[in-house]
Amino acid sequence: MDWNFIIFSLVKLAIIVGVVQGLVAYSVLAERKISAWIQDRVGPNRCAPPFAKYIPVLGPLLTRWGMFQPLADGLKFMFKEDFTPAGVKKIYFFLAPAVAVIPAMLTVAVIPFGSVMGNQKMVLADLNVGILYTFGIVSMGVYGIVLAGYAANSKYPMFGGIRSSAQMISYEISMGMSVIPVLLIVGNLNLSHIIGWQATNGWMVLYSPISFIIFMVASFAETNRTPFDLPEAETELVGGYHTEYGSMKFALFFLAEYSNMVSSSAMMVTLFFGGWTLPFWGLDHPANSIGMGIAHILVFMAKMLFFMVVFIWVRWMFPRFRYDQLMDLGWRRFLPLALVNILITALWLWMRS
Amino acid sequence: MAITVDRKPLTFWEKLYLPAIIGGIKVTTKHAWNTLIKGKVVTMEYPEQKWTVPDHYRGAPYLVKDQEGHTKCVSCQLCEFVCPPKAIRITPPGDTGAKADRTNAEKMPAEFEINMLRCIYCGFCQEVCPEEAIFLQKDYSLVGTSRAEMIYNKEKLLSLGGEVGGIQKWKNKLEEAKAQENFPVKL
Amino acid sequence: MEAINNLISSGGVEDVLFYVFAALTLLCAVLVIANPFSRNPVTSAMFLVLTIISMSGLFLLLHAFFLAAVQILVYAGAVMVLFLFVIMLLDLKEEARRKIKFFGLAAGLVSVGSIVAIFFKALASAKPGVASPKLEGETYALGKLLFTQYTLPFEIVSVLLLVAMIGVILLSKKKLE
Repeated sequence: MDWNFIIFSLVKLAIIVGVVQGLVAYSVLAERKISAWIQDRVGPNRCAPPFAKYIPVLGPLLTRWGMFQPLADGLKFMFKEDFTPAGVKKIYFFLAPAVAVIPAMLTVAVIPFGSVMGNQKMVLADLNVGILYTFGIVSMGVYGIVLAGYAANSKYPMFGGIRSSAQMISYEISMGMSVIPVLLIVGNLNLSHIIGWQATNGWMVLYSPISFIIFMVASFAETNRTPFDLPEAETELVGGYHTEYGSMKFALFFLAEYSNMVSSSAMMVTLFFGGWTLPFWGLDHPANSIGMGIAHILVFMAKMLFFMVVFIWVRWMFPRFRYDQLMDLGWRRFLPLALVNILITALWLWMRS
Repeated sequence: MAITVDRKPLTFWEKLYLPAIIGGIKVTTKHAWNTLIKGKVVTMEYPEQKWTVPDHYRGAPYLVKDQEGHTKCVSCQLCEFVCPPKAIRITPPGDTGAKADRTNAEKMPAEFEINMLRCIYCGFCQEVCPEEAIFLQKDYSLVGTSRAEMIYNKEKLLSLGGEVGGIQKWKNKLEEAKAQENFPVKL
Repeated sequence: MEAINNLISSGGVEDVLFYVFAALTLLCAVLVIANPFSRNPVTSAMFLVLTIISMSGLFLLLHAFFLAAVQILVYAGAVMVLFLFVIMLLDLKEEARRKIKFFGLAAGLVSVGSIVAIFFKALASAKPGVASPKLEGETYALGKLLFTQYTLPFEIVSVLLLVAMIGVILLSKKKLE
């Protein structure tokens, strides 16, 4: 441990947090825009700071694309009255948004978002147990929602919290099981090694497509996105666990949801789609120049943004599952499927060796 | 009594969800394509593009003048009485106030106020008015920066209302009478 | 500045972190069972979560990354969520918590006493001084140990879990003839 390590870690930390926050803000915009396109609408295209109209061409164009909308949303959340309803359990009411956001932001720490730049590895913490760390942290995310439901001291948030805890546990098992074939094939829990293996042998999704499907569906459930958004089902539970929240506290739940989306997209890319590698243009080995390093980061970002769009797109494609259907899918379809998948992969590996 | 609805058991493909997913992709892609590439949108860019208001639209109620520019209202206060949200307030001329500015009427209101924040655009005032002096017109976006500003007085209402030429009152009465003669139920 | 440099280079940070995590573990563990501010079962459960997290911090300091991750994943992430789930469903009233009974007290004392005895024996036979950890958190080595040297205990534990699972299923089926 030395000063160099500390300074570079802090710089990387600041950049990662900044990028994730920016991605969150603009994925909210993307959500609104894509939903608008799918529903034959235009989406946000008005919001602009006063100076925007003096910038020739670019100003009006950015306004049309709604690029200033996240700023306005953020300002609105900041300046709204921070309202605490009577009868809430105060400590948990204040704690819950923080508990929801912290795990969501922690998950990105182990994800290698690029190869090397100079002599710095483009990952915040190159843990030997990267995958287990991610699952552990993701499983902590449920506390924010459960506590929010409990703290609000009213019935709909309570339902949201209870639904969420059952849903998260059910799908965590399928999710964990679905990744085991990947670990069997690679033989390492380190995410950088998994990417390295994929760089030489091809993307993991070709070896274990069932794992990918289960992982993707489970991550939809883990992030509380439609078709599994039962904890916050507007039509049934008003707003679910965040019914009683307003202003910045509500925004933190929003932030947590979208950060979870970012990190699960990043996990999908890392585990199944080769991370920062591309099989052509010599992008499949660690970079030896700054330009290549940046190219790797851009490749990773592009892949991740693709999955973000899928996340958003799916929300406007499917209706919500019923609760028993959700449990049925998790326990009686995906769990056996994942177990069979593990067995088949193990058998295949055994036959080959 | 409980009614059991027979549901067909799902077929293999329905259980697999895959055709439904592909269908969803198809529909959403088609709509996104239509919006993005062909530019077909169902919404309107409101302040720039405005909606064409249909003839029967009931917008804000304004007072109207006759073809000679005289006030049609005779301050009978029927509309004030019938107004459900009590948005209309009429001050009659009294003994000292100005007399009507047209020949075949006795008086006109000294002041006529409609609180547009209270008005619910029900159209009762138009229906009840014996002189056809108030009409619900096509304005629907009334803007003001204070509550006082949203109380429209007589001058404002008259200037906004414009002129409605020709008195339809007697023609309408005639038609009503004719319709009553042809009343389908014979006594 | 110099002091911090020395602390970092001598590995003193880990010592400081050890005391922080150890103190947090003990404090939270006490607050689970005897919280002077609140008798709320949810508070107890949350402090238990904190205890587990700070214990996994201790595992991390021992370079047992796998254990630390699994500790959080299984205990904090799954078991405690189920605890909370049950507490929220049952909606235990604060005053409805069990009063201290003689039998419970005696059983608790016996179990605590035996754990203390085991610890004492283990610590007495251990050699003082800093030993480098043998496993270094390698999942591979841990798996190998579990399936060679400790196969029997491992299998016994899995049978125990299976029995518990079957028991739960039997209990949750109401129609017992």
